[in-house]
Amino acid sequence: MKNINQKIVTQSDIDGKLIVVEGIDGSGKSTQIHLLDKWLSYKGINVFKTEWNSSEMVKEITSKGKKKGQLTPTTFSLLHATDFADRYERHILPLLRAGYFVLADRYVFTAFARDVVRGCNPSWVRKVYNFAIKPHFTFYFRVPVDIAVDRILVGRPKLKYYEAGMDLNLSNDEYESYRIFQGRIIEQYDTMVETEGFTVIDGTLDIEEQQKMVRNKIMAILSSSKYKQMNIKQKK
Amino acid sequence: MKHKTKQLLDNRPVKFYGHGIKHLENLAIKGKLIVLEGPDASGRSTQIELITRKLEADGHAVLNTGLRRSELVSRGILEAKRDYNLGRKTLALFYAADFADQFEYKIIPALQAGYVVLSDRYIYTPIARNVVRGLSRTWSHNLYGFAIKPDLVFYLNVDPNILIHRVFQKNSSLDFYESGADLGLSEDMFQSFLIYQKMISREFFLMQRKYGLISIDGNRNATEINKDLQKRITNFLGKHK
Repeated sequence: MKNINQKIVTQSDIDGKLIVVEGIDGSGKSTQIHLLDKWLSYKGINVFKTEWNSSEMVKEITSKGKKKGQLTPTTFSLLHATDFADRYERHILPLLRAGYFVLADRYVFTAFARDVVRGCNPSWVRKVYNFAIKPHFTFYFRVPVDIAVDRILVGRPKLKYYEAGMDLNLSNDEYESYRIFQGRIIEQYDTMVETEGFTVIDGTLDIEEQQKMVRNKIMAILSSSKYKQMNIKQKK
Repeated sequence: MKHKTKQLLDNRPVKFYGHGIKHLENLAIKGKLIVLEGPDASGRSTQIELITRKLEADGHAVLNTGLRRSELVSRGILEAKRDYNLGRKTLALFYAADFADQFEYKIIPALQAGYVVLSDRYIYTPIARNVVRGLSRTWSHNLYGFAIKPDLVFYLNVDPNILIHRVFQKNSSLDFYESGADLGLSEDMFQSFLIYQKMISREFFLMQRKYGLISIDGNRNATEINKDLQKRITNFLGKHK
């Protein structure tokens, strides 16, 4: 019996562009992707923005487990993969195929970093996510852990259990735990810079300066011939 | 080190199918994991009941477990199944999360405590369902790579033509997913059920060789099947105390 659907979609089947921002909490990546979204939309380009861990269907179930503090590294990883797959199958892939610019606030690299810090096997995690296409650009906003942590903790008295990495038993103090946890995630990101082809942006620079660097990179793909044609069609 | 533990406490190290779970890598277990696989209406639950009764009578501590019973995601799965918009990878990952939860919170602790764990299905049914629905076989097998190798896996092999009558005796209707109705195999549900069950059984045939599943002739009546299963289990437990 022949299997349906087995064809693997590759970058060459994609008319759209996938732009990813990565970095720890407080690295400023969400601000940057927000500005990128506004800019591309202003240019009349079809843009879709998607955020990590935002599928409505999965959210309810995940938070139930999260409240209980009952998630193991494996179930934590799989629930986030479920969330990702839902957004990927419903939105990311079809929109890319239709020629959209898809902007992802965190992508599979977040899982590669966080799940591995939590103790999941790195090869296993990568294989779980191997259906996801490689982004056209991944901007990694690098910020020293203390700066990022200070940005997050301003006006936020309480950290959530998993957010602080309390499940890792790094420290009984949640702020200390958070700091160590974020530091370890940076270590993981840094190992991916070359292998995953990240474009590193210094997240301590001015917001506008960073945005200029991001837009300069995007300009290159905006002027590619394939995209120009599409752009003209949309303008009609 | 592992060897020493075994000698001292009569424990044995766990064997993972794939990459495994880091914090369980040095785990040693005393119990036994026995799995019963087979399609709906193949008589799995009847057999589990009979086997449990016998094992308990023989003085074993028994834990019954199965798919779709975790507290973490059970209700979500039921809701999700009703949502036909749900992608296949999403559903596959959902099931894996559900299984992982039970695996770590029920199966592993029970095995550590020396229970005989009787599992009504394990990783094989979800893998077969994924592959039949067009997901990569390699991906599906890796997904469950954190699971440990059971001591015994029985597969109740029932001819789809016999199976369909058992389903009707039980429910008088065919289940949407167990008939592969989501696959558009045939507009005739009866036909769809037969095609789908053959596809699943083919996957089991492939896994039988890969994972050493023991195929049990499920076309016989419950008493005969039970005699067969019980003999094999008693035999195994006698040899591996």
